[in-house]
Amino acid sequence: MRAKDVLGRDGEQAAVNYLEGCGYRILDRNWRCADGEIDIVAVDRHTLVVCEVKTRSGTRYGTPLEAVGRVKRSRLRRLAVYWLNAHGIRFEQIRVDVVGLLYEGTGGFTIEHVRGVG
Amino acid sequence: MALARTLSVALVGVAGHLIEVEADIAQGLPATIVVGLPDTALREARDRIRAAIVNSGQAWPQSKITIGLSPASLPKRGSGFDLAIAIAILAAADVLPLTSPAGIMFLAELGLDGSLRPVPGVLPAVVAAAAGGVQTVVVAPGNAAEAELVPSVRVITAASLAEVAIWLRGGPPPLPPDPPDDPPDQQDSVLAPAARHRDLAEVLGQSEARKAAEICAAGGHNLSLLGPPGAGKTMLAERLPTILPRLDPVAALEVTSIHSVAGSLRPGAGLLTEPPFCAPHHTASKAAIVGGGSGIIRPGAASLAHRGVLFLDEAPEFQRDVLDALRQPLEAGEVVIARSAMCARFPARFTLVLAANPCPCAKASSGGAGCGCSPAARRRYLGRLSGPLLDRVDVKVQLQPVSRHEMLYDRKFTETSAVVAQRVAAARERMARRLAGTSWRLNAEIPGAELRRSFPPEQAAMRPLDRAMELGQVSARGADKIVRVAWSVADLAGKPRPGPAEVEVAIGLWLGVSR
Repeated sequence: MRAKDVLGRDGEQAAVNYLEGCGYRILDRNWRCADGEIDIVAVDRHTLVVCEVKTRSGTRYGTPLEAVGRVKRSRLRRLAVYWLNAHGIRFEQIRVDVVGLLYEGTGGFTIEHVRGVG
Repeated sequence: MALARTLSVALVGVAGHLIEVEADIAQGLPATIVVGLPDTALREARDRIRAAIVNSGQAWPQSKITIGLSPASLPKRGSGFDLAIAIAILAAADVLPLTSPAGIMFLAELGLDGSLRPVPGVLPAVVAAAAGGVQTVVVAPGNAAEAELVPSVRVITAASLAEVAIWLRGGPPPLPPDPPDDPPDQQDSVLAPAARHRDLAEVLGQSEARKAAEICAAGGHNLSLLGPPGAGKTMLAERLPTILPRLDPVAALEVTSIHSVAGSLRPGAGLLTEPPFCAPHHTASKAAIVGGGSGIIRPGAASLAHRGVLFLDEAPEFQRDVLDALRQPLEAGEVVIARSAMCARFPARFTLVLAANPCPCAKASSGGAGCGCSPAARRRYLGRLSGPLLDRVDVKVQLQPVSRHEMLYDRKFTETSAVVAQRVAAARERMARRLAGTSWRLNAEIPGAELRRSFPPEQAAMRPLDRAMELGQVSARGADKIVRVAWSVADLAGKPRPGPAEVEVAIGLWLGVSR
């Protein structure tokens, strides 16, 4: 496994821990379809949350949150619908969140969580 | 995470409008949005500002930033809002005290390194700010001299964004920097270089034309010069500004404002006090002459020549619609350019000087030898100058080619610009006394009805004019023009009212023949 993939996997695990700490129920992880991948599918009270996790080891190429552009946001919204159809579930509210993680060097991450981006 | 406010100015023509610049930092993915009808240069500001802030050692807020420019309906253009936006963002991000930039006007472009760069139009912008109750403005070093022309405003000059930030945090105001020593590129300027070394005495052998120029300078009359190449038309026109009085403070502020908007002002230069001279080339477009342009509305040559001289050399070579576009500013003294979203006004009260050859080959009046132009061709050539335009030219002079003897002989009689300028100044003083309490300053500006009512010449003086009208040489409007020129002749001669001699001279100048 390459270093960037290890970082990504660790970041996703940290994000899951963080969301669970916030009281989210994790339904699915790394769900894939032809159109792309959803990192985390979770439930926040009555809302389905499709969560993109972005991990970076530094800000030389921009912050993690900046890396989620408009195209990615609209794809996540589309993927949320695909996920619901694939599982035959309905939710009243759907939300797209982004969790940005910045590696701090000591094994820890700085976590920024932005709700409802798209 | 907050909202911060500061001020800047948008220009429409030479009128400034105070703009409130707001920055709101809110939860959300990092993004910067500029709202309030920005143009491309202003939309690009967010990339410039981001680089400038980061390179000034400050952090760029990682949130959703909304920049609002109000009133939102007024289109805003250019890079002059950069500094105001950057300061508003820094204040909203708690880098600067939140309310520290409130009520202060910021007007400068930002370099990517955080340096402050001059922008055009600072003088009218600061005038508008002062009128709007702003007490402090921050400008780039290149604009400091211009901003300081407005007396009631405290001008802070800073070289960089960091210096402004230190000052807003309560530090000392930045030291005024040394004046820039590199003269900027003047290629864009339509102004001729300073004409200090020119003198009316150099126009040898054309005593009549020199006198006509003096009369025009005194009364603000428009002048046309007809003559063969080399007779001295261009020389004479270029020396007209040397005999015009210097601009009074009000006029100087108007002229400097126009040149500030046009960007033809030298950075570091103060008030323009010399009457401008503008000589556009005959290929100039209508927008270049009266003003306009796509996007930013720029003043044209007619406005750049405000309170000075607009010289159209080879006038028949100009496109006809370009010449006719000058009729309105000649009449109204200002140019109004209407666009869908706004209406820009530029003052344009200038003395028009036309120069033309008698025929396309330009050999006709040098003895006729070699001229192959048919009478029809000649008529067509001068016919390009439309009647309505020529009707607004009060003084017409035919220049004859000068022989070597005449030039040598005339040397004894030429007067320097300084001597003539003194007479012109004295004439203007008499004019000002007579016109005190009215809105006119020059004989050429007095409306016809007012002229006939309040300023009639002596009864006897009207006799040659009546005769010319009976002969059909002069129309009723022409008669008014002649009386105005006669007043200028009288003012130059120090007479209380024009007599028969002055009217005779004026008729001759109107008809374009010596009497």
